[in-house]
Amino acid sequence: MAYTKRFDGRKSFSDLRPIEAKAGVVPRAHGSALFRIGNTIAYATVYGPRELHPKFMQNPKTGVLRCSYNMMPFSGAGERVKPGPNRRAKEISLVTEKALLPVLDLSDYPNTVVDVFIDLPQTDAGSRCAGICAASIALADAGLPMKDLVAAIAVGKVDDKLVVDLDYQEEAYEDGPVADIPVAMLPSTGEYTLLQMDGDIHKDELYKALELAKDACNKIYEIQKTALKEKYKGQEGGDEGGDVE
Amino acid sequence: MSELKVSDKAIVVPGELLAQGMDFLPSFGTYRIKEDIRAARLGLLKVDGKVLKIIPLSGRYIPKRGDTIIGQVSDIMIAGWRLSTNSPYEAVLGMKDATSEFIERGSDLSKYYALGDYIVTKIINVTSQKLVDITMRGPGLRKLLGGRVIEVNTNKVPRIIGKLGSMVSMIKDATGVKIVVGQNGLIWLEGEAHMENIAVEAIRKIEKEGHLSGLTDKIKDFLTNKLKEVTK
Amino acid sequence: MSASLLNDTMQQHLTNALNKGIRFDGRKLDEWRPVKVEYGISKTAEGSARVKIGETEVLAGVKLFISEPYPDMPEDGSLMVGAELLPMASPEFEAGPPDVQSIELARVVDRGIREAKAIDTKKLCIKAGEKVWIVSIDICTVNDDGNLLDASSLAALAALQDAVFPHYDGTELDYRQKTKQKLPLTKLPIAVTVYKIGKNLLVDPSPVEERTFDVRLTVTTTQGGMLCALQKGGDGQLTLDEIKQMVELGLQKSAELRKCLKA
Repeated sequence: MAYTKRFDGRKSFSDLRPIEAKAGVVPRAHGSALFRIGNTIAYATVYGPRELHPKFMQNPKTGVLRCSYNMMPFSGAGERVKPGPNRRAKEISLVTEKALLPVLDLSDYPNTVVDVFIDLPQTDAGSRCAGICAASIALADAGLPMKDLVAAIAVGKVDDKLVVDLDYQEEAYEDGPVADIPVAMLPSTGEYTLLQMDGDIHKDELYKALELAKDACNKIYEIQKTALKEKYKGQEGGDEGGDVE
Repeated sequence: MSELKVSDKAIVVPGELLAQGMDFLPSFGTYRIKEDIRAARLGLLKVDGKVLKIIPLSGRYIPKRGDTIIGQVSDIMIAGWRLSTNSPYEAVLGMKDATSEFIERGSDLSKYYALGDYIVTKIINVTSQKLVDITMRGPGLRKLLGGRVIEVNTNKVPRIIGKLGSMVSMIKDATGVKIVVGQNGLIWLEGEAHMENIAVEAIRKIEKEGHLSGLTDKIKDFLTNKLKEVTK
Repeated sequence: MSASLLNDTMQQHLTNALNKGIRFDGRKLDEWRPVKVEYGISKTAEGSARVKIGETEVLAGVKLFISEPYPDMPEDGSLMVGAELLPMASPEFEAGPPDVQSIELARVVDRGIREAKAIDTKKLCIKAGEKVWIVSIDICTVNDDGNLLDASSLAALAALQDAVFPHYDGTELDYRQKTKQKLPLTKLPIAVTVYKIGKNLLVDPSPVEERTFDVRLTVTTTQGGMLCALQKGGDGQLTLDEIKQMVELGLQKSAELRKCLKA
C-alpha cells in the first residue's frame, strides 16, 4: 500500500508543520530563542563570548563554539529520559556545532568560548533541526558576527513519496522504505552545513529531496528573520548622540 | 543599476540582502558577495551616502583602548591586580599605574584595592590577544565604595550618558544620586535608597526606549512625576 | 544587578536600605513579584507546568511508569523528584552532574509533597507486591532571576495537578494514548522561603538578596494551615522568636500563592 495522505493531515508532502519562533525568551542569557515546529519545541540560549576554562582548550586565534543538546527528562515520546548527556546527545551537539560554525566569525574574540545550550521540553521528530534553527536565532540575538542565519529541516522518503519535515509517525512508517535526512543550510547561498541520512533511498531521490530542502529552509529563514525583527521592533530610532564621561 | 533593498535605520538580520550593485560600499557589519551586500550581524542599518554599515543593538562589551570602565578586583598578584570587566577578558592594573604614591615592592597590595573592590578605570592598551592594561591615573578614576552596580546593554551606554553627559546629569540632579557609567555596561549608583531606585528605573527606561527623539523630555517627565510621589 | 557583582560594602548598602523597608527593586519586604502558572506546556509529559515569578522561569514535568513496589510497602506507589539547574538559566550554572544546590532543591520539593501525603500512594497500586505506579517529577530551570526554590515547588505541584495516567491494558503501557484519569492528589503543599537579611525578613528574593542573606527558612504548608516540611538554610542562626515570625509569614504567603493554582 502506498503512502498517499500524510498522517497528521498536512495537505502536501512538501508542507511544513506549523512553526513558531521567538527571540529573547531567556533574559539572563546574552541571546536566546524558542523554536517550535509541530510538537517539537526547542529553547536555545547563548552565553558568550566568555572566558574559557580549562585554559588548554582556548584557541589564541579565535573564539570557540561549544554546543550542547539536551532533552528534558519529560520530553521524550515514551519513557522518562535520564538526565545528562548520552551518546546520542553528544553526537547531536557535535553536528549542531559543525552546522553553525560556517556562518560564525569569532576571530575577534581569541581565547573565549561561545556556549550554545539547546534544551527541549517536548519532542516529536526533527529535534536536532529545531535546535539548530533556535540556536541560529539566539546567536544573532547575542549580537555575534555571522554572515547568515542557518535554517534546518528534515527531508526524506516515506514509502514512495519524497517528504519534507517528517514527524514521528512518518519516521516510524512500517509498510515501506523510509529515509530521514536532516539538513541545515545557509539561505543566502543554498550551501549545506548539516547532512545526515538514515534509511533507504536511491541517489536520484536523495538529490530531489535535497532540492526540496531549499524551499523549506527559505520559508524557515523568513520566520527566523521575523522573530528577530519582532524583538528589536521599536529600536529603529538610531543611536547617535551621547558621550562617555 | 544599483539598488538599496532595505531602508536606512531599519533593523537587519544576518544574511539579509541590503543592496545590489557596485555603487554601494560595504563597511562595518556588512559584506559583499559579487553584486550583493549582505548583513553580517544583527543591528540597525546606517546608510551614509554610498556606505552601508550596521550599528549593533546587542552583544557583549569587548575592551577598547581609551574606554572608561568599571572593573572589580578578582585577584591580587605580586605586582598588581587582576580585574573582571563584564567582558570575556580580564584587565591588569600594574603597581605603577595604580596610584600616584610609590608602592614598595612586597607591600600588601590589598591596602590599596582589595578583592571585590570596584574601581572606575581607564583602558590604556589592548593587545591583539586581548591583554588589557588599565590605569588609575586620570580625572575621576577612583575606588567606588558602597552603593550598587547594575548591568545594562553596553550598546545603550551612549544614550544613557547623553550628549555631553546631559542625560545622566539630569538624573543625578533630580535624584541627588551619585552615578558613574562605565562603557562596559556597568553603572554604579550611590545615594538615598528611594532615590537610587528612581534613578535605576530611569536608566532602565532609557535602555528600553526605542526612539531617541523626545527621550530627554520623557525622562524629565518621568523623574518629575516620581519625585512628586515621593514628597507626597 | 547580577549577584556576582557584590562586595561587603554593597551588601551593607543593601541591608541599610532594607532597614528602611526599601528593596532595590522597589517592592515591599513581604511582596511577591507577579506569579504566573501555565499548565500543559509539554505534551510528552503526563503532566507539566511552567511557573514564572517575575522573570524567574521554571518548567516541571511528570512522567509515570510501572515498577515493583518497595518490599516494606507492597501496596504503595512511590515518588521521585529530580531537579536540574540547567546552564541555560544562568551564567553561574555549569553543565554536569547535579551539584549540591540542585540536590537540596529537589529534596526540599520532594519532602513537601511526600510529607504532606499529597499523593494517595495506595491508589497507585496496580497489583500488591508486584506492580505499582511510580510518579517522577523533573524540574528544569529556564531563567534564574531569584527564588528558584519556591518557583520549583509551585511548578512541581502544578505539574502533578495537570497529570493524567497513560493507557495501560495490564501488560503494555502506551504513552501515546492518555486517559482522562487524574493523579490521586489530595493536598496542595506550598513552599514559601523566608529570608533574613540583617534584622529584616523578606520573601521572593532577587539574585542580589539571595547572595546577601544570613539565614533562610522554607516553610511548606497545606490547605488549612498545617505544616508539612521545613528547611533551614544559610550560614546564620535563628532565635525562636524569628522562627515564629518566619512561619507566620510563610503561612500567610502560601495562602496567596495557592490562589495562583487551579482549584
